[in-house]
Order: sequence, then C-alpha cells, then structure tokens
Amino acid sequence: MPHSDSSITGVSNEVDRLLHLFAPFPASVIPLLQEIQGHYGYISETNLTRVATYAHAPKSTVYSVATFYSQFRLTRPGKYLIRICQGTACHVLGANSICEHLEEQLGVKVGETTGDGLFTLESVRCLGCCSLAPVMMIRDEAYGRLTRGRVDAIIDAYRNRAEK
Amino acid sequence: MSRVTEVWVGLATCGVAAGAELVYSTFESSLAKHNLPVTMKRVGCIGMCYNEPLVDVVTADENRFTYGHVCPEDVERIVTEHILNGQPVNELLIPADGFFEHQVRIVLENCGLIDPEVLEEYQRHDGYKALQRVLSELTPAEVIEEIKSSGLRGRGGAGFPTGVKWGFAAREPGPEKFLVCNADEGDPGAFMDRSVLEGDPHRVIEGMIIAAYAIGAPHGYIYVRAEYPMAIKRLKKAIAAADQAGFLGENILGSDFSFEIKIKTGAGAFVCGEETALIASIEGKRGTPRRRPPYPAVSGLWGRPTNINNVETLANIPWIIRHGAKEFAHYGTEDSRGTKVFALAGKINHSGLIEVPMGMSIKEIVFDIGGGLRENKKFKAVQIGGPSGGCIPAKLADVPVDYKSITQTGAIMGSGGLIVLDEDTCMVDITRFFLDFTQKESCGKCTFCRIGTKRMLETLTRICDGKGVPEDVANLIELANKVKAYSLCGLGQTAPNPVLTTTKYFRNEYDTHIIDKSCQAHVCKALIHYEIDPSACKNCRLCTKQCPAQAISQGEGDHQEIDQSVCIKCGQCYEVCPFGAITIQ
Ligand SMILES: Cc1cc2nc3c(=O)[nH]c(=O)nc-3n(C[C@H](O)[C@H](O)[C@H](O)COP(=O)(O)O)c2cc1C
Ligand code: FES
Repeated sequence: MPHSDSSITGVSNEVDRLLHLFAPFPASVIPLLQEIQGHYGYISETNLTRVATYAHAPKSTVYSVATFYSQFRLTRPGKYLIRICQGTACHVLGANSICEHLEEQLGVKVGETTGDGLFTLESVRCLGCCSLAPVMMIRDEAYGRLTRGRVDAIIDAYRNRAEK
Repeated sequence: MSRVTEVWVGLATCGVAAGAELVYSTFESSLAKHNLPVTMKRVGCIGMCYNEPLVDVVTADENRFTYGHVCPEDVERIVTEHILNGQPVNELLIPADGFFEHQVRIVLENCGLIDPEVLEEYQRHDGYKALQRVLSELTPAEVIEEIKSSGLRGRGGAGFPTGVKWGFAAREPGPEKFLVCNADEGDPGAFMDRSVLEGDPHRVIEGMIIAAYAIGAPHGYIYVRAEYPMAIKRLKKAIAAADQAGFLGENILGSDFSFEIKIKTGAGAFVCGEETALIASIEGKRGTPRRRPPYPAVSGLWGRPTNINNVETLANIPWIIRHGAKEFAHYGTEDSRGTKVFALAGKINHSGLIEVPMGMSIKEIVFDIGGGLRENKKFKAVQIGGPSGGCIPAKLADVPVDYKSITQTGAIMGSGGLIVLDEDTCMVDITRFFLDFTQKESCGKCTFCRIGTKRMLETLTRICDGKGVPEDVANLIELANKVKAYSLCGLGQTAPNPVLTTTKYFRNEYDTHIIDKSCQAHVCKALIHYEIDPSACKNCRLCTKQCPAQAISQGEGDHQEIDQSVCIKCGQCYEVCPFGAITIQ
C-alpha cells in the first residue's frame, strides 16, 4: 500500500530532490533523515524506506538510527513544535511547574499533539539559554524568563497567528 | 563629548530569547527617522546574559556605553537623549558590578565586540594572523611543541594535554587523517561552546586549521548539536567566508597545505559527545561508544587517524600562537594553565558566561563575579561538570577551580557548566534529576551503565516519593561505585558522581527524606503539603480562583481551606497569596 504522501507525484519528486542532496551511501542516513524531517516535520514509513533504498542501508538499520536519536519523530507533529527545556538550570528555576502549566493549557501531555493539530509539546535537555531559565523554544524561536502568565501570552499569540 | 558612531545589539540566542531582535529593528527605524549616520552592528554574547537585551552605544573615540534590559520603549529615549544630544541615559546604563574586573578574556576576547558574520571584523581583531604565522614560519612539529609548552589541556571534560594528543595523531601515517571539532555540548546547563560559536566562529575555524596543519589532516568536521540552529547558521557562513578568502581550501595562503571543513549536525543524543560515539554518529550509525584502544588518533573516523578537540580548546589556539606559550602559561596554576570559560546559571544573580584564570576559588566566582545568590538566599552548593559532575558544598567554597582540586572533591571539571544551588534546592531531588538524565541517555550497550543507572534512579525516586528505606543509601553508594568502575565509557563511569558527592556532603538530607519523611527544601511533592493559616487569610479568594484543581473552598469561618485529597501540590496558591497566608509543611 503506498503511503498517502508518496502517492502524489509532486511530493515524491520533492523527496527525490532531498535525497539527492547527499551521496548515496550509509553515512548519509542521518543527514537524509534530518533533511526529510526538516521538510515534513517527521519521517513517515514510506520516506524511511526511501532513505534506506537510496543510502544502500538495510531498512532495519535506518529504523534503528531513527529511534536512537531523540531528534527524529516518526509521527506527524503539530504546526508549532514547542520544546520546553528540562535542563538543570531550568529545573532548579521551576521548569516543572511551567511544563505542567503548558500541559494544562494545551490539554496534552509531553510528547503529544493537540487535537486541532496546532501544537506538539516536547521536552528537551537544555537549549543553551540557561541564563534566561526557564526557557522554551517554539519552532526556532527561544523564549526565556518564563512565568505562567508569559507562557499564556505566547501561546495566545501563536493561536492568533494560526487563525489569520 | 565625542559623536556616537555605532550601536551594537547583542543578538546571540540569549539576546534573541530576551527580545533583542525587536530592540534592533526599533533602533534601526528610529535612527532612520532622525536621519542619523550611525552604523548598527549585530554582535554576539558578551556574557552578561542577566542584563539581556544588551545595547552598546559606541562613540568615535571608542567609548562604550552599555545599556541593559533594553525594551523597545527605551529606544527612542536613548536615540534622542544620547545619540542626538550627547547625554547618556544614566538610569538605563548598567552599573559597574564587578562582573568583568576579575575575568581574563582569551577565548571570549571578541565575543560581544565583533559582528560574528563579518570576516573583516575578526581580521581587524588580529584574526587569522596566527594562521599566517604558522604557515609561513612554523613546521607542524614546532606548532605541536608550542602547544605542549603552553600547558593547554582539553576543555571538553577530560583535560588531556592538547599538544600531546596532537603529537599522537601527527605521528600516524597519512595522508588521509581527520580533525574533528566537538561542538556537541550536551551538558544541560552549559552554553560556553554555543556562545563562542555564535559570537566568534572564525576563532574556532582558525584553531581548527592550525590543529589540522599540526597533525597533517586534510579533512575537518564540526559536530554541532541540533539544538543550536543559530550557531550552525553562523558557522556555515563563516566557513564560506574563510573559503572565499583563501583560509580554507586548496593551498591555503599559498602554502602547500590544504584543508576543508564540513558541518555535521547532531541528532539529540548526549552520548555522542563521547569521542568514539561521535565518530559512529558521523559515520551515520547509532552513536554507541566502543572500547579504546585503539584510540581515535590511531583508528578513528572511517578507520583513519583522527584528532578530536572541544570548541573551547580550539578557540585558545590562535591566541597562544599570537602571544606565545609563555604568556598563556602565565595564567592559571601549575597543573592547569590558562583560563576556563564557565556558564554560570541557577540561583545566581549574574547568570551568564565568564572566563577566569584557572585556580580562582568557587567563592570568588560565585560572589565576586556572580554577584551572589538571588534574593539573598543561602548558598548551598555548586553543581559542576554537568550530569557527570558532582555537587561541591558551600563549605568547600575556597577550593580553587583547577583540574586537580576539583577532582579531589569527587566532582569533575567537566566542560564548564556551573549551576549554583541555594537553600530551596533539594539535593536528593537534583540527584534524581541527574540520574534521570543519564539513565535516559545511556546508550544501553554495557550492562553496568544500562541497568545500574536505572536501579539508582528507581531508588532515588522512591526516596523522593517518601518510600525510602534505611538501607537505600548504602545500596546506592555500593551500586554507584560498581557502575563507576565497570562501565564502558565516560558516561557510565561518571554518571554515579552526583550520587557519590551528595551522599558524601549532604547525607543528612537523605536521612530526613528516609527517616523523617520530610523535604526541608520543600521540593519533593510527596513529602510536603500546603495549608492556609486562618489567622493570616483575608478571604480574598485569589488562591481559590488560581487553583487549577479546585481544591480550595470557603472554610468554616472567614478563611479559605485546602482539601488535601484533591490538592495536586502545584504551589500556585502559594505564589499568588498576597498575605503570605499559605504555608508549606
Ligand atoms: C558522555 C560524554 C559526553 C561528552 N560530551 C562532550 C561534549 O559535549 N563536548 C566535548 O567537547 N567533549 C565531550 N566529551 C569528551 C570527549 O569524549 C572528548 O574527550 C573531547 O571532545 C576531547 O576534546 P578535548 O581534548 O579538546 O577536551 C564527552 C565525553 C563523554 C564520556
Ligand atoms: S537548562 Fe534550560 S536552557 Fe539550559
């Protein structure tokens, strides 16, 4: 059964283009997966297979790499990926209560996506902005000195942006 | 007063996270509005992250006026009063607070002072002069000798003498050899390497080229963690610019030495900072470490001789070549020469990035540079070296920060994360936090690390949950020692350090958790509960409105009451109560 995203030829050409950014050998597996995830937000089973075929690596090896590294996601994330930092500096400055607050506001647990497909909440270990702890990143934007109120304002801004 | 010619805005990740982009664009439009011939410059992080967003107003005679916590609303005032009328806005200027006085800046020499995306800026600050000298005057063996005699030791954690390591790779047969810059910086709470890469990327590249020349490697890799998108972007730009200018590529500066650099982005695995795991990861495999020997110098990337150095180690190299090994060795102590960059974070006032001569005491770092603890709380400990490091208690604050002295306390120097802990930090909870980290990051290859970290974590979790039993501490220590002794790589060998140092220095906290079932720092939720003091409660009901669990309601009489069976102990009522009527028991 072809997966939905490869049944459209346009998409399939796009994957081809991404594959050809790197040389076809096993050492390219990680950058290929990164490129595909960067484009689609996750790695579908079809695309995982295509990476394996292209890089001349067994599918099992590609799967084992994709599941070893915490960066890779095998399910489709929400439109905005929220990464809440659970590093040491953030931990001692109350990241737990910020994270609980986010879970409550979004109605999901860490690792889940909201029903409307807008937000995925993930936790990470240190975003390197420890001096502004607690910190979270939405897409590639970092937000520091978080309080519950600031979190609400930021989430609202993204909700509004999405509605437009 | 001399005319204002430049405005610099700190736009490293920390500045951006504090809102500096908006400050930058507000300045731009305000300067345009007033038609002022002032150059805007995007600089890296100067280290004063606690004052972000930071703006420097610079005059023609190179006087710098630094404004802190600048919001877009302040911009118009700075422009009209200072830039137009020559009157600095005193109340927005950062007061002298001792932050820079005790620092010696070698690695951070240019951070926050130059535009990292402009090669010429680096060159104006003597950039690539060390490379020119090396290629025209020194043989590879002479470079290695110079680094050896500087006494520089690896800043990535283990502290191996850099010159000696280069010597190992240099004597292996070529021509296929690799030079790898380790920019994985996985320790949570550490951001030294990020700041250097974002604030002065050419310095690292220059260090790499010199190292590659010394060992005879034509190929280079920088392995950067994926969580640092800005560092990656700046590195790419810097590599392209260096290539264009002839500092990279074929026949560098007309010599017969050629060198190229590729960037590899990590994919989120702490263990990939370990050198053999890093090599596996570049090769496209799961990042699991392997036994050494053979060391990477003999058989590394694709089985070729490979030299791996940390970002900060490499960033020291150009300075050492320019100023000489003697000048470098003049800083620091007998066994630890030079300076060390630390990321100060946690419950400290001046949270940010500092560089100090080795041998400075913890006390000087925390109080003289760091400005002491937030809200004047009591200093309890510093956590040094990340999850593989240890907690050094306040009573040992006079310990000098050098490799030998730190190791004697049971901690490790690590890569430079320094997290300050106060009376509100529970040492059992923080130990559980670190074990949770190492347990999840253990690659699972060797039994002691895989199962040992898991059992230690379970025991610590039990203690935090109020279910600890008296034998737990002895069992933890025994297990910790075994995991330390028998694990395959540095991750497992150091993962027990938090357990070993906290049971040594903070044994009483374990005992109160286990025997009295109480957490004095009020962190472990199972061991605390919130109560409302009826005599202090003014019945304003703010807490009731705030409570997400609807656990608070009108009590008998003029006060609110918490239903302990419903309370989730989130502490929100405690935070909102304006009368201090909520107590933690
Ligand atoms: C679990 C683990 C994680 C490590 N993480 C890093 C890291 O993030 N950055 C780094 O430079 N070195 C790290 N190291 C140390 C490297 O293995 C290696 O010693 C270092 O990069 C050598 O460079 P240096 O001699 O310049 O310090 C780590 C080691 C271990 C065991
Ligand atoms: S610990 Fe959260 S950014 Fe470093």
